[in-house]
Amino acid sequence: MKQRFTPLWLLLPAAVVLGGLFLYPMYQLGLISVLDFRQAQVSGGQPTRFVGLDNYVQLFTDPQFWSVLLATVGFAAACVVATLAVGAGLAVLLTRISRVPRLLLSLAAMAAWAVPAVSGSTVWLFLFDTDLGFVNQLLGTEGFNWMYDRYSAFALVGAVVVWSSFPFVMVTLYAGIEAISRSVLEAAALDGASTWRTFWQIMVPMLRPVLAVVVIQSIIWDFKIFTQIYVMTRGGGLAGQNLTLNVYAYQQAFASSEYGLGSAIGVVMMLILLAVTVLYLRTLRRSGEPL
Amino acid sequence: MRRVLDAFAVLVAAVVIFPIYWMVLAAIKPAGEIQSLHQRPWTLSPSLDAFRRVLAVNDFGRYLLNSLIVALVVVVISGLIAFLAAVALTRFHFRFRTTILVVFLIAQMVPVEALTIPLFFLVRDLGALNTLGSLMLVHTAFTLPFAIWMLRGFVAAVPDELDEAAQLDGASRLTVLWRILFPLIAPGLAATSVFSFIHAWDDFLFARTFIISATDRQTLPMALLVFFKPDENDWGAIMAASTLMTVPVLIFFLLVRRRLVSGLGGAVKD
Repeated sequence: MKQRFTPLWLLLPAAVVLGGLFLYPMYQLGLISVLDFRQAQVSGGQPTRFVGLDNYVQLFTDPQFWSVLLATVGFAAACVVATLAVGAGLAVLLTRISRVPRLLLSLAAMAAWAVPAVSGSTVWLFLFDTDLGFVNQLLGTEGFNWMYDRYSAFALVGAVVVWSSFPFVMVTLYAGIEAISRSVLEAAALDGASTWRTFWQIMVPMLRPVLAVVVIQSIIWDFKIFTQIYVMTRGGGLAGQNLTLNVYAYQQAFASSEYGLGSAIGVVMMLILLAVTVLYLRTLRRSGEPL
Repeated sequence: MRRVLDAFAVLVAAVVIFPIYWMVLAAIKPAGEIQSLHQRPWTLSPSLDAFRRVLAVNDFGRYLLNSLIVALVVVVISGLIAFLAAVALTRFHFRFRTTILVVFLIAQMVPVEALTIPLFFLVRDLGALNTLGSLMLVHTAFTLPFAIWMLRGFVAAVPDELDEAAQLDGASRLTVLWRILFPLIAPGLAATSVFSFIHAWDDFLFARTFIISATDRQTLPMALLVFFKPDENDWGAIMAASTLMTVPVLIFFLLVRRRLVSGLGGAVKD
């Protein structure tokens, strides 16, 4: 398999698919974001018009955009921290328990991981339903609507997100911990190191590369959550109080026919996540991972 | 100490599994118990009414089939393309190899949700709105970078000497590819398939965007929302539909559980 052009032939299908459905749409996204592109232009009634950075100016002078951006960052940060805390805590727990409880916990986590986002959202909505929800009946708070208040609504959506994404963190970190040789951990135990110290001074440094992957993946996933927000808050909550950038862009484009504005939001999102990705690549390089 | 931790782990497992239990339970509860202001965590008179309502009245079988077709086509095509690319990236050393790898890594990070708007117009211009093909197309693309990244680890695990020996024995490059490498990385393909399958199966955003008016082409996630009504949600039907949507993934997931973890390990470490 040493002929010169073979790898290029093998890569061709992937290149065609990714070029057509990643690169070209990315270029289009940038293009639409500098156009006046609304219902009239979509139906062909009016020609599209180049408006430079007008969409961006309109966006950046709109207080709602800043409030949505802040909510997105805050929501994603809270989800990432909670997911990592739960996932890492349970990964460590898995290493110190007997076989049967370990099997039960990993099966339960696998099941939660497998539940589709839409199903997960509907089940939690039912659990927290105003009158028929088990949680309200249990707490004696019947009649309390979790989706009315901005923060309780975000908290509930966040709970679903953590529930469905902690298994990835747990499983990955657990595999990483298991890969650390027993002798290192036993030596630490013999020297009288506490669990807490072993965790911070042995596991965390040794798991750095795995942790980096898990953290960055979580940031990227949680920053672009769409389904849970859309389904649980019915497209952004009361008066758009639970909008995040993704849902906001979608609503601007497909509900208000402001495609130019929606694309500008999309570009902002791309740039933010690109910055995170660059950070990720630098971490990978620094930890000496061969590509 | 170990006993306390064991008990705690079992408790956590119970909490984690509880929503799934509640979903299945609500799906088989009779209507009267669903409407009750005193929900009991069990039922003494299970019924399949909700499933009947979902499958017979709302034609959910069709949406289930649509979702299945889309997900399976995505799994097969994306798996094949990713396999070829993974072979190119592990078995050959050529200029820009590292660059291409980094490009795939970045592609994996791209928030595809932000591409909804241009993809909508692309699909419209192709005349593919309201077709299942539009969903197959975009999800094949979206699952590709991760699939390539993950399969790379599995291909790299097959020793080079194996294909060299086969070539010495007169096997053509194609034979090596299909008869030797492909069967050997089948476990890796299974693990990769799970992710591609779930990605396509779960998709709500693009199904909502591309399937505008053809209700018979809808996939499960959108069809599910029919049962949310402004006046009163049909929770029994919603839970039955959610259960139908969850079961195939659950089975798939548990079947390849071990490979999933080793595959992720490979994807993470490489």
